[in-house]
Amino acid sequence: MTDFSVWVIFSNLLLATRWTIALSLIAFVAGGVVGLALLFARMSKFRPLAKFVALYIEFFQGTPLLMQLFMLFFGVALFGVEISPWTAASLALTFWTSAFLAEIWRGCVESVPRGQWEAGSSVALSYMEQMRYVILPQAMRIAVPPTVGFSVQVIKGTALASIIGFVELTRAGTMLNNATFRPFLVYSLVGLIYFCLCYPLSFAAKRLERRLNAAR
Amino acid sequence: MIYKLQFVDLLPYWDVLARGLVFTIVLTCVSTAAGVAVGTCGASARAFGPRWLAGVVAAYVEIIRNTPFIVQLFFVYFGLPTLGLKLTEAEAAFLAMTINLGAYSTEIIRAGIEATPKGLIEAGVSLAMTRMQVLRHVVLKPAFQKTWPALASQIIIVMLGSSVVSQISAEDLTYAANFIQSRNFRAFEAYFVVALAYLLLAITARALLRGLGARLFPGARS
Repeated sequence: MTDFSVWVIFSNLLLATRWTIALSLIAFVAGGVVGLALLFARMSKFRPLAKFVALYIEFFQGTPLLMQLFMLFFGVALFGVEISPWTAASLALTFWTSAFLAEIWRGCVESVPRGQWEAGSSVALSYMEQMRYVILPQAMRIAVPPTVGFSVQVIKGTALASIIGFVELTRAGTMLNNATFRPFLVYSLVGLIYFCLCYPLSFAAKRLERRLNAAR
Repeated sequence: MIYKLQFVDLLPYWDVLARGLVFTIVLTCVSTAAGVAVGTCGASARAFGPRWLAGVVAAYVEIIRNTPFIVQLFFVYFGLPTLGLKLTEAEAAFLAMTINLGAYSTEIIRAGIEATPKGLIEAGVSLAMTRMQVLRHVVLKPAFQKTWPALASQIIIVMLGSSVVSQISAEDLTYAANFIQSRNFRAFEAYFVVALAYLLLAITARALLRGLGARLFPGARS
């Protein structure tokens, strides 16, 4: 059996980290776009649409991400379409992220005082204009810290993509463990890399939140 | 060709599903109790303990909160035996979940503790309460009351996260779904039904925790 030095293990893990980062970025950006659409739909005056989005959010927040991954991976295959772990993981993480972001952002929009809406309508702004010029600029300021904080959840969520066979950091760790039989070392390193990815974001979220609270 | 969903094929496996459901519920309950206990100790240590202990707790919280649960689980199940600590799948699942929830609840309860006005603690001391009495009645109870909703939603997140323990072959609800689909190839049906089971569990747990909160802290908001 070939010997793996610590450096070889570490550098291979770092190479796999690329895919963790790529998947996180895809999920976060796509999830943000879908989440924004969901936010508008959730707050729309058209009741059935708002109700449907509420159900969507309830479903994705109330079931394990792992189940969503499995259902997507195996569910799409039922239609005779081959789906790669890449696509399945990106899609599932996008849906999951969008549900959480929509709910986080709704909280931020609702925390803008009602008087702001009323002030908007009293100067004859339409609903969209009120959103665009009055509510969203204020809500966005409030939304930054929890959104940054949630990005940590997205990075950690990508670890589950390893289960459907997508080779990212966790999967690479498992493969290296199978080859080297040094689980303590391998999973410590994997944990360390995730920590280095996540901690700056957690730290930034905490700092931003403090600054926002101090400003008010 | 349109695929026809066949949920009937799941019926012969109802006992597997039931066992998985019970395992998930027991795992969640036990590790919730243990995790909140860890969190209470951790938060108290961080707020009132000696410097070094507070530092250790802070490091524990940050490490757990910034790494994925599945890596923690693998570390416990595959990594710890090399140190001589051999665990069964269920024990490893329970330990990993407790460590995970312990870190999150430390952070949540600490926020509640920090919101306690200093004057209240001094008032308790001036009433000749012992340190433990002050901690219990003056600090922790209001801290729990204030942070109960956050704690409840974290418990539900941890319960949903427990689906990952199937990856070390702990026989939970997700394991049942994997088992069934490997037998009858009705993958989507199995996962769909199990996902709904989780959804029901989450909704039930939310209602139960809200009820428990109202019971424990009568007169509290929400």
